[in-house]
Amino acid sequence: MLRYAFRRVLSALPIAFIAVTVCFFILRLAPGGPFDTGRPLPPNVLANVRAYYNLDQPLFTQYLLYIGGVLRGNLGPSMAFYDFNVSQLLAIGLPFTLTLGFSAFVIATFVGVLAGMVSAVYQNKWPDYVLVLAVMIGLVVPNFLMGALLQLWFGVYLRWLPAGGWVTGSITHLVLPVTVLAWPHAARISRLMRGSMIEVLGTNYVRTAKSKGLGSRLVLARHAIKPAMIPVVSYLGPGLSYLLTGSIVVEQIFGLPGIGRYFISAALNRDYGLVLGTTLFYMLLILVLNLIVDLVYAWLDPKVRYS
Amino acid sequence: MAGLTRKDEVLSAYAEKLATLDAPKGRSLTQDALRRLIANKAALVSLILFGLIVAVAFIGPYFVPWGFAQVDWTAFRSPPNFETSHYLGTDQNGRDVLARLLQGTQMSLLVALVATLVSVFIGVIYGAIAGYFGGKVDAVMMRIVDVMYALPYILFVIILMVIFGRNPLLLFAAIGLVEWLTMARIVRGQTLALKEKEFVEAARASGAKPFTIIIRHIVPNLSGPVVIYATLTIPEIIITESFLSFIGMGIQEPMTSLGTLISNGAPVAEVMPWLLVFPAVVLVTMLLCLSYIGDGLRDALDPKDR
Repeated sequence: MLRYAFRRVLSALPIAFIAVTVCFFILRLAPGGPFDTGRPLPPNVLANVRAYYNLDQPLFTQYLLYIGGVLRGNLGPSMAFYDFNVSQLLAIGLPFTLTLGFSAFVIATFVGVLAGMVSAVYQNKWPDYVLVLAVMIGLVVPNFLMGALLQLWFGVYLRWLPAGGWVTGSITHLVLPVTVLAWPHAARISRLMRGSMIEVLGTNYVRTAKSKGLGSRLVLARHAIKPAMIPVVSYLGPGLSYLLTGSIVVEQIFGLPGIGRYFISAALNRDYGLVLGTTLFYMLLILVLNLIVDLVYAWLDPKVRYS
Repeated sequence: MAGLTRKDEVLSAYAEKLATLDAPKGRSLTQDALRRLIANKAALVSLILFGLIVAVAFIGPYFVPWGFAQVDWTAFRSPPNFETSHYLGTDQNGRDVLARLLQGTQMSLLVALVATLVSVFIGVIYGAIAGYFGGKVDAVMMRIVDVMYALPYILFVIILMVIFGRNPLLLFAAIGLVEWLTMARIVRGQTLALKEKEFVEAARASGAKPFTIIIRHIVPNLSGPVVIYATLTIPEIIITESFLSFIGMGIQEPMTSLGTLISNGAPVAEVMPWLLVFPAVVLVTMLLCLSYIGDGLRDALDPKDR
């Protein structure tokens, strides 16, 4: 198990490195720069500013400087938020994004697995139909539309919940964004869980367990859940990156000050440092989370470990 | 007829039937699949509904009295009104919502079509080459796919949009350029199995070059999974385009798309609900249809998966 984990970590590092390199050069290919403002800066000021951010160096030198900085844990300055460096901005945005993503992930996984199980146990009865409908809505309605509709209904017509924004410590401000983020995720999980659960419930060992007189709840708990979870766990990795990219959308709709909003504004402003920093951060987050998912997967399914 | 057994009797009866063209005919795989697709009611209804949406989106504008960029100076913010022939109302700039809705649907469909073609083209060629050559080529090519998977794709699209500017054609290509990854993986897996088959070996023995084998012998055999996955890609592309337009990076005025319409309608939906409701209904209906069509195709073409 340890060796497997080690191998996975080693293979993840070069991926992160190459991806950052690609992003760095693609960004510099883009026309325009961070200091192309409506009113052009005086040439000598511009030259000083460019020198300050190392933008006057050859591209490759800039790249080496950037990588060197990243290896020392320094993500460089932000070019649009003058008083902050990228690490500080990430530190400001991180709590929002993590709270949002983490609560959505936990809630969606829990609700999805539960819904899938209920669907499978009551296959083709009314609870199944209701849940399948909820799943379909989650799969088909895009998150920005779902966000707009929920804002309108709960925020504007009913006035039960705030339609957007963020107040520290307020749970009501989280309800709508987390719902929007979690619903499609829960829907996919529930779909997978329903399919695999129906399959597992038809296997011989479940029949054996039933025939020796175990109650149906015990059969579910002891024999059915773990094997039925395997496809779900293998989806959690890709699902996480859906959640993270989804959180960019949700932060934008609900006006939450997370990392995703920084990313969008940074890309529009050509804030090179901030774009690279957020991309790198998202990437590392996805790699680490995928790694955890793979390890859980290896624990559930011994075949994976030894291949 | 002495010496004839029961078996011979059956066989000769069958031969006679065959001669008079009365025998049960064999069905090809495609016919089988088609039959299963038509038997699937949800898929059939979705197919018809989707066809209807496509037809209305492209033919409809010729029957609507207003152009999508035309301003009616007598009717700003008008709710649906049959007397002025603004059947779905007008927006804040006095433009007819129905005309804009049709144009937006057209645009979303076009994006979906072009981006899907781009993603299928890249994905199939890439996956087939990686799978066919195997070894180091495969390892390197698939590692690149892993790298791109690790990049949150929406970041990638946004970066591409920033680079290429806001030309709709490039928008199509940019979305296609990030959506081919899963296709490449699926195709590679299939190719790995296909290249061990006898007909590929026969082609190789007769001296066909690798690329000829890939194009003539491997790719045609991939059509099933490719069609299924392409159908599932279309809604994802429509959503991506809508999202980009929603945050203001997609289609630009006066052109519009479903995402742009929704993003313009959402903030004013409290006072002018018709600006949000109609595009939302069209978008959701389209995505719902595509989802059922995709599922239906998968069940029809790949019966073992049911």
